[in-house]
Formats: sequence, C-alpha cells, structure tokens
Amino acid sequence: MKSEKNKQTVGKILVYFGLIIVALASLFPFYWMFVMATNPNNLINQSPPAMVPGSELVANFQKVLDSIPFFQAMLNSLIVATSVTLGVIILCSLAGFAFSKLEFPGRSVLFVFILGTMMIPPQLGLIPSYFIITQLGWLSDLRAVIVPGLMNAFGIFWMRQYISSAVPDEIIEAARIDGCTNFRIYWNIIVPTILPAFATLGIIVFMAIWGDYLWPLVVLQDQSMHTIQVALRALMDDRVRDYGMILSGTFWATIPLIVVFLLFNRLFIKSITDGAVKS
Amino acid sequence: MSEPYRKEIEENEPQEVNSQPPGNKPAKKKARTFSQKQRNIASGYLFISPFYLLFAVFGIFPIIFSFYLAFFQWDGLGDMNFVGLNNFVIIFNDPLFWKSLYNTVIIGLMGTAPQLIVALLLAFALNSVLVKYKGIFRLAIFLPYVTSIVAVAIVFSVLFSNQESGLVNSFIGLFGFDPITWTRSEWGAKVAISAMVFWRWVGYNTIIYLAGMQSIPNDLYEAAKIDGATLRQQIWHITIPMLKPFILFTVFTATIGALQIFAEPHIFQGRGGRPEGITVVLYLYRDAFASNFFGTASATAIVLFFIIIVFASVNMYFANRIGQSSKVGSK
Repeated sequence: MKSEKNKQTVGKILVYFGLIIVALASLFPFYWMFVMATNPNNLINQSPPAMVPGSELVANFQKVLDSIPFFQAMLNSLIVATSVTLGVIILCSLAGFAFSKLEFPGRSVLFVFILGTMMIPPQLGLIPSYFIITQLGWLSDLRAVIVPGLMNAFGIFWMRQYISSAVPDEIIEAARIDGCTNFRIYWNIIVPTILPAFATLGIIVFMAIWGDYLWPLVVLQDQSMHTIQVALRALMDDRVRDYGMILSGTFWATIPLIVVFLLFNRLFIKSITDGAVKS
Repeated sequence: MSEPYRKEIEENEPQEVNSQPPGNKPAKKKARTFSQKQRNIASGYLFISPFYLLFAVFGIFPIIFSFYLAFFQWDGLGDMNFVGLNNFVIIFNDPLFWKSLYNTVIIGLMGTAPQLIVALLLAFALNSVLVKYKGIFRLAIFLPYVTSIVAVAIVFSVLFSNQESGLVNSFIGLFGFDPITWTRSEWGAKVAISAMVFWRWVGYNTIIYLAGMQSIPNDLYEAAKIDGATLRQQIWHITIPMLKPFILFTVFTATIGALQIFAEPHIFQGRGGRPEGITVVLYLYRDAFASNFFGTASATAIVLFFIIIVFASVNMYFANRIGQSSKVGSK
C-alpha cells in the first residue's frame, strides 16, 4: 500500500518535471527575443551571448524604423487581415445558410465540390494567379491579397455545420410565415444566433492571413505595400546582420499578437479545437 | 396578418409570374409573385455565388493554366514555346529538384513525427487528474502557435547562428562539441528547420489531442478499472482508439503542411536558399520568381500536387488501419 503511494508521488513529480521543462522550452525563445531586442549587437555576438535584458530597447527599435516602414507594414497587415476576416465571415455564413437551410437544385453536388477544393495545394495555381494579379493591375496593391483571400472553402463548410445544428428549421418557417425574405432571415435570425461561430472562424482566418508569407511576398513587391511578415524578412537582408535590430522588429511585431492572445486565450483555444473537431 | 398573407402568395403564384409592370407597385407586392420555392432557389444560388466566382478566377483558371504552362517554355514576357514533356525531363534531370524532394520528406519527418508523439504525451500529462495549473501549462505550450512562422524562423535563425557565440553553438560547446555551421551543413540545416516546425506546432497538436481526450466519456475508464485494466492497457485500448479521428486529423494536416514548407528555409538560408535546406516549394519559387523559368516551375507545381495526393491517400490508409487494429485488440 505504501509503495503504491510512493509510486504515485514519483509519477506525479515526473509529470510535473516534464511539463515544466516543456513550458520553459516553449517560453524561452520569447524571453530570448526580448533579451536580444534590448542588447547591442556586440553583446549578442560575444561568447557566451547576453542572457539578461540590456538597455538598447529604444535604440534597436529606432534602427528598425530606419530600415523598414514598420508601422506602415503593421497597418497593411491589419487592413488585409481585417478586411479578409470580415469578408470571409459574411460570405461564408451566407453560403453556409444557403447550403444548410435553402433547397436548390445541385445543392449537394455544389457543396461536395467546395469540399474538394480544400484538397488542392495553394501552390498549384501560384504562378498563373500571379499573372492574373499582374493583368488586373493589382501588383503591390493590397487587393491582390484581400480578394483571393475571400475564397474560403473551410469557412463555408464550417458555417454550414454550425448553422445546421444551431438554427432550428421551425424558426425559419415561422419567419417566412411572417413574410421575411431570405436575406432578412439571414440578417435577423441567423447572424445573431451564430455570433460565437463568427468569433471562432474570425480568429482562425485572421491568424492565417496575418501570418501568410508566400503569396504576399510574390505579389506585394513595393516596400510601402509589404505586410509585416514580408517586411520582417527584409530586415534579414543586410550583409552585416544586426541581430539586436532584427529581433527588435520581430519582438514588436509579435507583442500585439501575444497581448490579444492573453486577453482572449479561451476563445483562441476554443476556435482551434472547434475548427479541428468539425473537420 | 400572417395566415392570409401566406394564402395570397400561394394563390398568386401560378398566374402572376412575370406579369408585374415595373415601377408602379411596392416592392413587397413584387416579392409575392414568386413562390417560396423559387425564392429559395434564387437566394441559394445568390448566396453561394461569391465563392464560385472567386474560385473561377483564382482557383480553376490558375490550375488549368498551370497544367497548360507546364508544357511550354516561358519567361513571363516573350512568346510561349510548346516543348511537350521537356519541362518534366528538365526537372527530373535536375539533381537539385531531387534534393529538394528529399529535403522536404526528411524535414517533414523530423519536424512532424516526433512532434505528434510529444504532443500526445503532453496531452496525456495535461489530461491526467493529478495535474494542477493546467491552464498555465496549456497557455505556455500554445503560445508559439500564436506567433507567425516568419517570426519563428527569424528567432530560430539567430538561435542556430553559425557563429561560435550562437546560442545553440554555445550550448553544445558546454558538452565539448565543436560549433556547427548550421545554415551550410547537410544535417545542421535540416535539424534547425525541423526544430522551427516542431516548436511552433507541438502546442497546437497538444491542444487538439487534449480536446479529444476530454471528449472520451469517463465511464469507459471506470469500467476498465473495474475489470482490472492497467494504465497502459487503458491508454492503448481506450484512449488511442477513441482519439483516432483526432490523430487522423493531425497526421493529415501535418503531412500536407510539411510538404508545403517554404518560409523556414527561405528565411533561414537567405533569399536563394541552399541545397542543404531547399524544399520543393522553395525550388518552385526560385525557378519562377528568381530565374523566370515559369514552365519548369509549373511542372514542379504539378509534381508537388500529385505527391500531395499520394501522401494524403497513403496517410489515410495507414491511419485507418492503425485505428482498426487497436480496436480489434480491445475486444
């Protein structure tokens, strides 16, 4: 009996020990990013490198501002991610409403087709898409990222599932008897019911667009139109790498995300697990 | 008002379609001329049309054009010359293409296979009744996923810097190892890139597994305990089979994601990349946007497309079989 209890205590200590190691390994790069962002380059390049924060926080960031249009890039990312998120939420919930509650010929075939498009790797059409953007005159124009981003098969699938289970047919019937048009049903009944779904899909889409790299790199060539991801990468271009400056940029671009995450962490985690479970 | 109104719609429906003189009647009256069924059809198509319009322009057309372009030699400006299968011959004879394929598979395996196993273990640990402060651990483990891939790649580029003073080099120096030129060594580059993938995604997959474990009804474990099942047996015969859909999902997304790795090597090894870390998408990107070889780049895109299909199918097949065999064992 006693040895059973001892065994359990040892197991408990091992589990905690493992979890603490993993948590520290997860957090360490963030701490170290901050250390580098506050130290001059020569302290970073000494051996062993600096491990405690220094005093160059402002100086390093000033160098970032001198080499890339940091705030412009953050603003571009914000514009792109916000417009895509709003657009996707509206378009996908409308389509999800249609696929779950409106009868029309070819409904299931059209829906299966949308699911099928999720299998296609985005790189397959990369080159022709680039030429379409060129033809449209949208090169180095934020529309080049926003408009294709509005096409979101997963969002339609997800909204359809959510609306089917969250909105009873009887309410829609009742609204029809009262003379509501389909759009009014969407706006006055569906939208208020599925606000939680808006929040979770919104987080998924916002994070995906905010972090996107390859497509903005290809189509946003003008420096003033760079999103923050493309701009951060440009910091690495210098021959002599000033790590204090590079990580200062990375640090300040990451901080807003972390703050938002800490404020809404339950919602974040819920959206990721919902998204996974539903597909 | 509702009942008579509805009757009116039904009565008016057959004869009055299209007979409405425009302009002089209120809009409400006009709506009544269509049956509810017709209106649903019209709104249905209207509400789903944006996706199909966008997909026509930025989905179908580029895909068809990619297949077309793969048979032409084109620099993006001049004439397009039909070259048959020559683009495929060119890439299949290019050692760098095979290298990129090899790298993609190796980096994918090193970055994702251990990651999923660790995520499963972490989820077990976090789900165990013993652990307190679950919220804090969950938060710490999930935080890397919130940062962007570019930020992760930059931080890890500096961690794995080639200098002796680089943090990883300093660390292995403590154990008497020589500093490694991470960006230029065959395995160093792959280890560094896999580490970025591992670090960013392990928490994400842990959260998915944790959600799966919390959906398993506790009665199953209670019953197993009464029957005298050990912890190992519980994990193997209850947790793993019940987690099957979640494991399938993570294996599937991790595989597809691994085949599309681009940002990590593109940032870690500089604009052009280097053979030690080049991936298929980076190879494609370089061909198209650094060398203007759009024909061979399209051929690469098509090969990648088929590889993804093959990997996804093989994945599904094995994941299904693994799930089934452990279920059979539980009887």
